Amino acid sequence: MFAIYKRELRSYFISPIGYIFVAVYLAVSGIIFSICTLNAGQDSSVATYFMMLLYMFIIALPLLTMKLFADEKKARTEQLLLTSPVSLMGMVAAKFFAAYTIFAGTYLVSCINFIALYNYGTPNTAVLFGSSVALLLVGGACISVGVFISSLTENQLIAALATIVVILFFMMTSALNSYIDSALIRSVLNWVSIFERFSNFAYGYFDINAIVYYASISFAFLFLTVRVYEKRRWS
Amino acid sequence: MIKIENLVKRFGDKVAVAGISFTVDEGEIVGFLGPNGAGKTTTMSMLTGYLSSTEGVATINGINILEDPIEAKKQIGYLPEFPPLYLEMTVKEYLNFIYDLKSCTLNREKHLKEICDTVKITDVYNRVIRNLSKGYRQRVGIAQALVGNPKVIIFDEPTVGLDPKQIIEIRNLIKDLGRNHTVILSTHILPEVQAVCDRIIIINKGKIVANEKTENIDELFSGSRRLCLKVCGPAKDILNAIRSVTGVAYAEIIGSSDLDSTSFLVESMPGVDIRKMLFNAIVSRGWTMIGFESMGANLEDIFVSVVDQPEPNVGKKRKSVRKG
Repeated sequence: MFAIYKRELRSYFISPIGYIFVAVYLAVSGIIFSICTLNAGQDSSVATYFMMLLYMFIIALPLLTMKLFADEKKARTEQLLLTSPVSLMGMVAAKFFAAYTIFAGTYLVSCINFIALYNYGTPNTAVLFGSSVALLLVGGACISVGVFISSLTENQLIAALATIVVILFFMMTSALNSYIDSALIRSVLNWVSIFERFSNFAYGYFDINAIVYYASISFAFLFLTVRVYEKRRWS
Repeated sequence: MIKIENLVKRFGDKVAVAGISFTVDEGEIVGFLGPNGAGKTTTMSMLTGYLSSTEGVATINGINILEDPIEAKKQIGYLPEFPPLYLEMTVKEYLNFIYDLKSCTLNREKHLKEICDTVKITDVYNRVIRNLSKGYRQRVGIAQALVGNPKVIIFDEPTVGLDPKQIIEIRNLIKDLGRNHTVILSTHILPEVQAVCDRIIIINKGKIVANEKTENIDELFSGSRRLCLKVCGPAKDILNAIRSVTGVAYAEIIGSSDLDSTSFLVESMPGVDIRKMLFNAIVSRGWTMIGFESMGANLEDIFVSVVDQPEPNVGKKRKSVRKG
């Protein structure tokens, strides 16, 4: 399992995709930070910054996950992994954590932004920390969706686009609220929405329900990925 | 070493493998032969745990591949039809990755070096796989299967796309491997099997139609012996003389040459050795025999005859079988 993780991690930096992800993420998050926090003059409020990062995830994270399984299938190396003494769970987890490592590492680097806050203002460390934890979990959920979709196709582009659509759905269901009359459907949409739940963190409330929800999405999609491979084996 | 019992694989209502059983002993090289779509690759996929069987059991070294897949997979080195190479890696990185993937415990440097020497890829060790020729890629694929020194090695069409010299090299390599490993070799190239394998299993439409030692396989299907004679003398008389020999089932003239000689094709009745009588019959009449050749059915004839046998219960239902 560790071998797959290591290889996957390296492959991000053999192809340009790893560099592109890191560079774009850092640049865009820096710009967002300048505009939404520093230039907005709202003291040390980071709420908008974190919300904007979520929008960025919709595009950025599929870049990391699109190749994970799609590429293996195309290069026919999938067979190697599936006939190696590695469990399916281990294989899926290795790939998930490889993508996650890149994402979390890049996020940690982007925390440099916060230094400015400490120099010139009085940020609420608890909010920064809570939001970061939630953000890392949302990232995990998105990556897990990407892993799953990548296992369904051998075309990276399709994997990326489909992942964007699904993440968009999970993020934005609450945005449909204004068009829907039924209170029941509205509450369901709110419940599903990653975005809606995240707003709690950004405003300083550490929402355990949301944490459990994000983690559940991650597990659910990783589990589905394992099932995809099991099904293919048994079909 | 390998034991397959009544293995069945259905894809929906298509039967790719329809209940095959065979065993392979330790140190044997077995050729797995069949036309395209016969179920060769499917069988190998089930043996290596890539696909599960619908019914039946496959055990490797006593370990059931479905019950303890990880332990069973440790016993196997597998080269699929398309060598599973990460093109962006160097050979060195790739083999080290395989080494980690298989959680080997052998001495890394020494083991990988031995493998590279065996398959002759030492001179491309530090090159990126993408830049290697087809032959070298195939050899890297073979090297991959050898990592960890598995007891069983399974090759799916290992010589496809290689030039004749490389094919001979790979064949010799497989023969060498047979000394310390159990090897299963799938192919539809007949001379390859004859040259390399101890035993031949022919599979068609998902069923085993022959399972014989290589040296016995001719006799199994050609109970009658075919001979080619070249005799100087009057063709008609000679033909009549040949036909009068007891045990001759069939004889015909197949050509004549400028040396006043005529060639005859003679087929014996099943199980009768007519060579002595035939020779005496010709010589005693004062004709000169200048050629006498046994034509023993070749593997191609056997293959065609075996594969063409009608199988009413399997053949008709399926129009297309997934590539096997």
